Amino acid sequence: MRTDPLSAFNFPASDMEPALFFETAASRLAAGGRTLAYFALPEGGGFRLVMAIGFDREGRVEVYSSRVSGPFRALTPSFPQLHLFEREIYEQSGLKPEGHPWLKPIRFNTPGAVPGVADYFTVHGSQVHEVAVGPVHAGVIEPGHFRFQCHGERVFHLEIMLGYQHRGVEKRLSSGPDARAIHYAETLAGDTTAGHAWAYCGALEALCGVNVPPRAQVLRGIMLELERLANHTGDLGALAGDVAYLPTASFCGRLRGDFLNMTALICGNRFGRNMFRPGGVNFDLDPALVKELKLRLAAAFRDVERAAALLWDTGSVADRFEGTGVVSKEAAEGLGLVGPAARASGVGLDTRRNFPYGPYEGFTMSVSGSGDVYSRAYVRWLEIQKSAELAAAWLEALPQGPLAADCGELRPDSGAVSLVEGWRGQICHFALTGADGRLRHYKVADPSFHNWQGLAMALRGAEISDFPLCNKSFNLSYCGRDL
Amino acid sequence: MEIVKPFCQYLAAMTLAPLLPGIVNRVKAFFAGRRGQPVLQLYFDLYKLLNKTPVYSRTATWVFRAGPVAGVSALVMALLLLPFAGRPSFLSFEGDFIFLIYLLGLARFATVLAALDTGSAFEGMGASREMQFAVFAEPAFFLGLAALVRVSGQTSLAGIFGALTPETWRQAAPVLALLTASFFIVLLAENSRVPADDPNTHLELTMIHEVMVLDHSGPDLAYILYGAALKLWLFAALIACMVLPRHSGSWAADAGLFLLVMAGVAAAVGIVESVMARLRLTKVPYMLITAFAFSALALIFQMGR
Repeated sequence: MRTDPLSAFNFPASDMEPALFFETAASRLAAGGRTLAYFALPEGGGFRLVMAIGFDREGRVEVYSSRVSGPFRALTPSFPQLHLFEREIYEQSGLKPEGHPWLKPIRFNTPGAVPGVADYFTVHGSQVHEVAVGPVHAGVIEPGHFRFQCHGERVFHLEIMLGYQHRGVEKRLSSGPDARAIHYAETLAGDTTAGHAWAYCGALEALCGVNVPPRAQVLRGIMLELERLANHTGDLGALAGDVAYLPTASFCGRLRGDFLNMTALICGNRFGRNMFRPGGVNFDLDPALVKELKLRLAAAFRDVERAAALLWDTGSVADRFEGTGVVSKEAAEGLGLVGPAARASGVGLDTRRNFPYGPYEGFTMSVSGSGDVYSRAYVRWLEIQKSAELAAAWLEALPQGPLAADCGELRPDSGAVSLVEGWRGQICHFALTGADGRLRHYKVADPSFHNWQGLAMALRGAEISDFPLCNKSFNLSYCGRDL
Repeated sequence: MEIVKPFCQYLAAMTLAPLLPGIVNRVKAFFAGRRGQPVLQLYFDLYKLLNKTPVYSRTATWVFRAGPVAGVSALVMALLLLPFAGRPSFLSFEGDFIFLIYLLGLARFATVLAALDTGSAFEGMGASREMQFAVFAEPAFFLGLAALVRVSGQTSLAGIFGALTPETWRQAAPVLALLTASFFIVLLAENSRVPADDPNTHLELTMIHEVMVLDHSGPDLAYILYGAALKLWLFAALIACMVLPRHSGSWAADAGLFLLVMAGVAAAVGIVESVMARLRLTKVPYMLITAFAFSALALIFQMGR
């Protein structure tokens, strides 16, 4: 069933016979569709499989669903992008995808499951050795377990085992909407506050049928782009730090703080908490603040420009970045990668262009093609320029008008797919209401959910010493994936 | 008197060695726009670590405990051979430069064995890398010293550096310049500095030297850190003695100038670390082969002179 992102649709109309459901899903995915969400919805003691497919070129979303009672046909063998979705369905509902090649738990949230305790992929041979990293790491980062099958310094295979960060956010959001829900959305992945908060608000606004006032749209855009600026700048610095290139690492560490401080000037919190609310935003900009932000943005961008120029002009850095951790375009498309990681492999997907929302009409995206660490770094620099330009233009011409519109009741028996381009990539929130007009189910697909497998692929045949650099070039969220 | 002075020089070297990493860190901090840690930080760290109780894994044996002590002993011994400001060293005999190389080899051997004894995948990886790069670094160093033996006609370290004068530079400048470059590259690699290694990283998978000592704690770690400072001092002193073959006759003037050049070498290390990224691990051997080529060229030039 066709729909548009950010508009409500009649959910029962998506129902199909199981056989037709899998045929349709396979043919739509083969025709260039990309899975946005695929989950098992509890219904009357049984389950209903729901799949949302995005068509990037047409900017269209299609939703299909079907009641299933037992094992169902796994589509992963033909469409690897579904592998984690089907494992998730198996873990959450017990419905077995028949023919799935690697049916392991992904979050260990079923009774008796212990995070990390599962079978692992192994390679046999007298000279093959296994390196296990984590879940406790040397730096102050999130927990995750990485297992390398190596031959000397070369990596045959990397298996990434997460699930340590599972908090049950989807379950919390499913019982809403309530006053706390927006805060759960904001902390879904702490560094993507604006992205997830916007996606959550977008889903509710679609279900209420409310239009967000232009001024609020633009203020949201400013928050999202500042978040992107802060994180991309931090990533460039961290990438420089990983190859021991001191100047850019030091500069960008400070500059990330400058962007975060600008966010704090707007809403009082460096990570943009409490800015979004369903229907609009909570804080306004007065002319003095606009002026201050413009000055700070210009100054910070000038410094980032210099720090980045140092990075690109240093031969030893280029030598380290180029050709490291290559993800081919085919692999990126096959795995359904999103965000800068996909654009660095030459995949033309940016929600702001393919599914324009809010203030992003006429957006042109940045792509860099070779799929290596250099590309993933360079795409970030291109996006930094774009974001700075967008934010400056918006500050220059802020639309007048109210900050928020009133959200009424949610439409009963409806669904809405909300897509936002967070700094890591496409965020998808899928909300469903019941007959009582309350949320019945809430599904989140953080970009990290798609992209972790991309990191594993980047390590195929690579040097194990390049892992930290590759990992940093993706910089994925553990809690965003574990929810 | 001839015993007392070299012994004082030896003690000075042992005491001042932890100053060098402090200087490197301050230079790096300057380039990064930070104030940086105190120059004496390593002394504080050593004091703190010596007062701690070490923790040992239940699976590690005496090899693991012996590693740091053997390592630091070998370097303490090596420093005895080292001339200070071109002055006679405390211990000197014909061909002692070979003994020096073996002492460094022994220290490495002890560290690697201790690392392998932990049974950790990380440490095994580090040990393998350390030995792989040593295969390239040791010939470069050995050949460099051999070239110096040819230049000076002496076979003891004290003799070699005692015989070097400004006059030698006038006669064999290309040889000495090549050797300085070669020794500096070997210094960077042997002391796990950028571009061969990154002493500041917390990423075990990329480490070489640091990953081998992850499991050591307390006084053992202090011995390792102190041993690393001595090693840096040793290589820096060889370079300093070479670029500044000054014998003004005044012991104080010579020693002062020598210390100044030592600080200069440490600053150079800091500058290198500030302006370039570290090499891909697979390219470190190329850098060391370059050092080997410099040493070999120096030897060939010298033999053809």
